[in-house]
Amino acid sequence: MSKTTLTRRGVLKTGAVAGAGVALPTIFTASSAAAYTNEPTGSTVTLGFNVPQTGPYADEGADELRAYELAVEHLNGGGDGGMMNTFSSKALKGNGIMGKKVDFVTGDTQTKSDAARASAKSMIEKDGAVMITGGSSSGVAIAVQGLCQEAGVIFMAGLTHSNDTTGKDKKANGFRHFFNGYMSGAALAPVLQKMYGSDRVAYHLTADYTWGWTQEESIAAATEALGWQTVNKVRTPLAATDFSSYIAPVLNSGADVLVLNHYGGNMVNSLTNAVQFGLREKQVNGKNFEIVVPLYSRLMARGAGENVKGIFGSTNWHWSLTDEGSQAFVKSFGTKYGFPPSQAAHTVYCQTLLYADAAERAGTFNPCGIVEALEGFEFDGLGNGKTLYRAEDHQCFKDVLVVKGKDNPTSEFDLLEVVEVTPVGQVTYAPDHPMFAGGSLGSCNPGA
Amino acid sequence: MDAILLQILNGLDKGSAYALIALGLTLIFGTLGVVNFAHGALFMIGSFCAVTLSKILTLSYEVVDETQKDFLGNPLKVKTPYVESWFGPEAGGAIIDWAVPLAILFAIPIMISIGFIMERGLIKHFYKRPHADQILVTFGLAIVLQEVIKYFYGANPIPTPAPDVFRGSFDFGVLLGFDPNAIIYPYWRLVYFGFAAVIIGAVFAFLQFTTFGMVVRAGMADRETVGLLGINIDKRFTIMFGIAAAVAGLAGVMYAPINSPNYHMGMDFLVLSFVVVVVGGMGSLPGAVLAGFMLGILESFASMNEVKSIIPGIDQIIIYLVAIIILLTRPRGLMGRKGVMED
Repeated sequence: MSKTTLTRRGVLKTGAVAGAGVALPTIFTASSAAAYTNEPTGSTVTLGFNVPQTGPYADEGADELRAYELAVEHLNGGGDGGMMNTFSSKALKGNGIMGKKVDFVTGDTQTKSDAARASAKSMIEKDGAVMITGGSSSGVAIAVQGLCQEAGVIFMAGLTHSNDTTGKDKKANGFRHFFNGYMSGAALAPVLQKMYGSDRVAYHLTADYTWGWTQEESIAAATEALGWQTVNKVRTPLAATDFSSYIAPVLNSGADVLVLNHYGGNMVNSLTNAVQFGLREKQVNGKNFEIVVPLYSRLMARGAGENVKGIFGSTNWHWSLTDEGSQAFVKSFGTKYGFPPSQAAHTVYCQTLLYADAAERAGTFNPCGIVEALEGFEFDGLGNGKTLYRAEDHQCFKDVLVVKGKDNPTSEFDLLEVVEVTPVGQVTYAPDHPMFAGGSLGSCNPGA
Repeated sequence: MDAILLQILNGLDKGSAYALIALGLTLIFGTLGVVNFAHGALFMIGSFCAVTLSKILTLSYEVVDETQKDFLGNPLKVKTPYVESWFGPEAGGAIIDWAVPLAILFAIPIMISIGFIMERGLIKHFYKRPHADQILVTFGLAIVLQEVIKYFYGANPIPTPAPDVFRGSFDFGVLLGFDPNAIIYPYWRLVYFGFAAVIIGAVFAFLQFTTFGMVVRAGMADRETVGLLGINIDKRFTIMFGIAAAVAGLAGVMYAPINSPNYHMGMDFLVLSFVVVVVGGMGSLPGAVLAGFMLGILESFASMNEVKSIIPGIDQIIIYLVAIIILLTRPRGLMGRKGVMED
């Protein structure tokens, strides 16, 4: 049996040794020394491109990936520089970001929130991605944005149009360049009024998820403010493929306008079904029956074929724009890939440049530095005219395009024509607008 | 009343697709005893036969037109289909316009060949394996087939319109004494219903009135005894697999103008078609057809606003709800035979 004697000096010695022992594994690792998650320590910086590579939006995902690769090429000094030459900020020099060569990893969102979160998590934890970007669905964008906020990395959203992304689900680490449902309504409603008059009765068919709900609310509010009535709002399952049973009741509802709050395959099928049922040849209330598709995508319009002719909608950007930035991007993208870019490609290319530029200006990859650099940032030359990244909700405010399915397309890409460029003032709303109420931006999270 | 009639019509074309797919599934199950989860993929491949023929017929040569510019500002390459150059713009245009009906002839040999290859190359190795193994392997095959299609054709739907003469709608309202435009129904959907009725009738007639069909029916009832009589029943069952694949494929070809084909469309129909087979009764051909139309019509009714306002979400669960009720009251389905899948 031994006797243990506790002395003050002994306790201090033991404590010091134990403390050093506990700290040892982390003292010499980069992450513990880092001020923020995935601080780049070598000569490269890794970005995570999280896009749908499988599933129904795989073609949009593929176009996004092309644009990302083009952006990385331009950031690293390759190619013709694309919109880096027209971008109003001149912080980017074509030598990567802050001298670090830009590298990237990709993930597959599968257009499923859980899969998108898993791939984003993997890119952050295993590949050391300092920023995550991409997506073709609002459900996915909101899910990944939440994850990035928790993990302490920046999320630069891709194609997401729900008001909620920068509304009730906004996050300090998340930024959206793409427009939203409110903006579609504000841009589209006056054109619809001009074309179809103020005395109209609308019937909404709406995809039953966050994007559909907010777009329906936005379009209905904007058209009702101009005198239209809304006779019915019918939610359709996201998995629906044949919409004939939802379209049949429209025939006898008294409506003279059908608003299709559908995107992707839903839009292609519901529009095709509506045209098959002869809605466009129908006369109701002494007027021609009209169909409206508030959110257009050229890639999706191609799937609906001739059915899109003459149908109005809105879009974030279109390759036929003649401004310097758009032309530079179309030339760069078209020369490399042989066809013009989609709006999804445009928005993700812009997001990549905007992130890189913010890091250069901030002089750090620290998410809080990036947030500070992007908040209230005004820029031009990226294809949408003068644009503001509003500090209050991290939403970009810029002109919105009202488009129409082209009657006489000259090529397979020439499906939409720009009817009006709605000025940014007309689509701007207050940060506390009721459609964006709830939730808060919170504060930036640098992680680590 | 007009709304009810309209939903019955809607249900008929949806039911036609369910019935055709379920008929093929039941043929395969009844003859080979295989639960074929790749059957939806055969429907999808049929649709892509229409897409493929449409692409073949529009194969074009390019002529540079200096007066027009492409998106990069280069002289535009104007495409002219070879068919139009060979047969003249009018006749060539008509051939392209009729791509979907012509695809029926194109699809039959392709679908029968795919059926043979599937059965001989893969499925025959699973005849004596449990149904769970068959489901796994055929489900895996379905995923492979849809990924192959996606690789070649992309993920977006591809518009494949019906001939111009079938565009527009027929006004049943006027015919039945209702207001004009009260009950209108697209011509092509009527064609689809008629086509489905002909195919279903042909399959039944083939099984009922030909010697081949008689042997197949005998084999379905007692495979062993027919084999002991010196008849190569396996060979006939392989042919039936090919015919079932062709039925699913033709259903897909004619469905292409209704909804633009995409690589996932087979999966969209597969689960519902299995419910149709179970409700109709495993192995019962008339049961599959009856259940197909019945569930198609019920699904249409469940989408009516009046019904949805009473039971929200009913449109998404109606088929499964009816399946539960029928299986509780008639465990073998509507027209199921005793002893099928009961060992």
